[in-house]
Amino acid sequence: MSSVYKYFSGLFTGIKSLLLGLSVTWKELWAKKVTSQYPENRDTLEISDRFRCELTMPHDENNEHACTACTICQMNCPNGTIKVISKTIETEDGKKKKVLDRYIFDLGTCTFCNLCVITCPSDAIKFSNDFENATFTRGKLVKQLNHEGSKLREKKKEVKVEATAAAPQAAEVKKEETKE
Amino acid sequence: MLLNYSEPLEISNLTKWLDTVLRANLPEFWVLLIEFVLIGVALLTAYAVIALILIYVERKVTAFFQARLGPNRVGKYGWIQSVADMVKILLKEIIHVKEVDKFLFYAAPFFMIVASMLTFGAIAFGKGLQALDFNIGIFYVTAVSSLGVIGVLLAGWSSNNKYSMIGAMRSGAQLISYELSAGLALLTIVVLSGTMQFSQLIENQRFCWNVFNGHISSIIAFVIYLISGHAETNRGPFDLPEAESELTAGYHTEYSGLQFGFFYLAEYLNMFIIASIATAVFLGGWMPIQIKGWDGFNQIMTYIPSYVWFAGKTGFLIFLSLWVRWSFPRLRIDQLLNLEWKYLLPINLVNLTLMVILVVTGLTLSDLLPSWFSIVP
Repeated sequence: MSSVYKYFSGLFTGIKSLLLGLSVTWKELWAKKVTSQYPENRDTLEISDRFRCELTMPHDENNEHACTACTICQMNCPNGTIKVISKTIETEDGKKKKVLDRYIFDLGTCTFCNLCVITCPSDAIKFSNDFENATFTRGKLVKQLNHEGSKLREKKKEVKVEATAAAPQAAEVKKEETKE
Repeated sequence: MLLNYSEPLEISNLTKWLDTVLRANLPEFWVLLIEFVLIGVALLTAYAVIALILIYVERKVTAFFQARLGPNRVGKYGWIQSVADMVKILLKEIIHVKEVDKFLFYAAPFFMIVASMLTFGAIAFGKGLQALDFNIGIFYVTAVSSLGVIGVLLAGWSSNNKYSMIGAMRSGAQLISYELSAGLALLTIVVLSGTMQFSQLIENQRFCWNVFNGHISSIIAFVIYLISGHAETNRGPFDLPEAESELTAGYHTEYSGLQFGFFYLAEYLNMFIIASIATAVFLGGWMPIQIKGWDGFNQIMTYIPSYVWFAGKTGFLIFLSLWVRWSFPRLRIDQLLNLEWKYLLPINLVNLTLMVILVVTGLTLSDLLPSWFSIVP
C-alpha cells in the first residue's frame, strides 16, 4: 500500500515542483534585461575607479610629474614591464642629481597586478579607466609615460618649527568647534 | 478572383480560383501536374521558411528567458541572423570521414528529412490548405514519423564512433518508447471524436475544442501528448542524446555542413509538427472560436483567417516547448525510460479506458450541454 502511496505522492509533488520551476522562468522572461549595448552606450558607461586599464603618469598644468626615478616600481614589477631610464644632471648648487629621462611601460606584457602603483613612494603612477587600447601592431603598445619636456614637481619645503607651534593651537580650535 | 465576402483573406479563395482557371484552359493531366508541382514547391518552401522563423524565434525567446537579448545586430531585432545561419550551413565544408560506412552514412540524414516532410504534408495549415487528407490521417502521421528512428540509428551506427553509437542507441530507445505514449494519447482523442481524418477532426471541434470536450480525460491526454512529443523529437529536458558535454553531439557528431543542417532542420520541424498535430487534435486546428447561436460573433471570428488561428495556436505550443526547455533539468536516460514505462504508459492506458467510459456513458461536454457544444444542430 505504501508503494502505491509513494507512486502517487511522488507524481503529484513532481508536478508541483515542475510548475514552480515554470513560474520562476516566467518571471525571468518579463524582467528587464541588463545587457548593455557597448559601442552605443559609451556616454553612459560607469566604470569603477579601481578598474585597471592603462598605466599613466599624471601631469599637472605645468607639465610636471611626481616621479623621482627611484626605480622601486621597476624592481617590484614581476615581469620587467617597466623600464626607468634616468640621467644625472647638475643642479644650480652644483650637486649631481638623478632625474627621470624616460619611463618606458609595455602595455603588452603588463599583468595589471598594481604592484608598481602600490609601492610607488611618491604616487607618481596610476591606472586610468581608458579601456580602449587595442592596436594592430604590438610595437604601438610600448609607451613612454612621461611627457616631453616635463620635470619633477618640486616639493614645497615646510617650516618645521612653525608647524609644531601651530599644531596644539589648531587642536584646541578643533575641540571648540566640535563642542559647538 | 471570386469575391468571398464572408472569408475574404483565406488562401483557399486563391487556390480555388487557380484551380478553376487551370481546368478551364488545360487538359486534366496538365492541370494535375501543375498543381502537384506547385504544392510540392510550396511545401518545400514552407518547410525551409518555417525552420528559419522558428530558429529566430527560439534564439530570441531563449535569450529572454536567460536574462539576455539574443541577436539584435544583424537587421532590426536581428531577424537576418537566421538567414545568415542558413547561408553558413549551406556553404560549410562536408568533412568526408574515412572509415565510415559510406552508403548508410550519407543516407541517414535523408531518412530524417523524408520522415519529417511526409508528416509535414499531412498538416492542415488552414481551411483548404491541407495537402494530404487521408481518412486514416492520425494513423498515417504516427506511422510515418516513426521512420525518423531509422535515420537516427543509421547515423549512429555508420559513424564508426563508439560514442555516436551510444548516443544513437539511447536516442532510439527514447524514440520508440515515447512513440507509444504519443500514439495512445492520440488514440484517446480518436475515441472521443470518432474519426481519424484530420479535416473531420477539426470540423468536429467547431463549437468546442477537444481538450475541453473530454474534460479530465483529454486534458491528461493533452499533457501526455506534449510530453511524449518533446521526448520523441529529442527536445527540451529529454535531449540527453545530444547533450554535448557527455557524448559530444550524440548520433550526429560526425556530420558537418549540410548533413548536420538536415538533422538540425529535422529537429526544428519535428517540434513544429508535434505542435501542429497537437493543435489539430486538441485545440481545434485552424477552426476559429465559434459559439453556437452567436452568429455575429462567429462572423467576426471567421474574418481572422484560418492560417492566423493555426499559427497562433501552434505558436503558443511552441512557446510552451521553449519555456519547458529552459526551466527543467535534463533527464538521465534511466529517468527518461522510467518516466515513460512506469508513469506515462499506465496513466495513458487508464486514461484511454476513462475516455471510453466518458464517451459511452455520454459524459463529454458536447453530450452534457448539446445546445452549446454539440456539432449536431
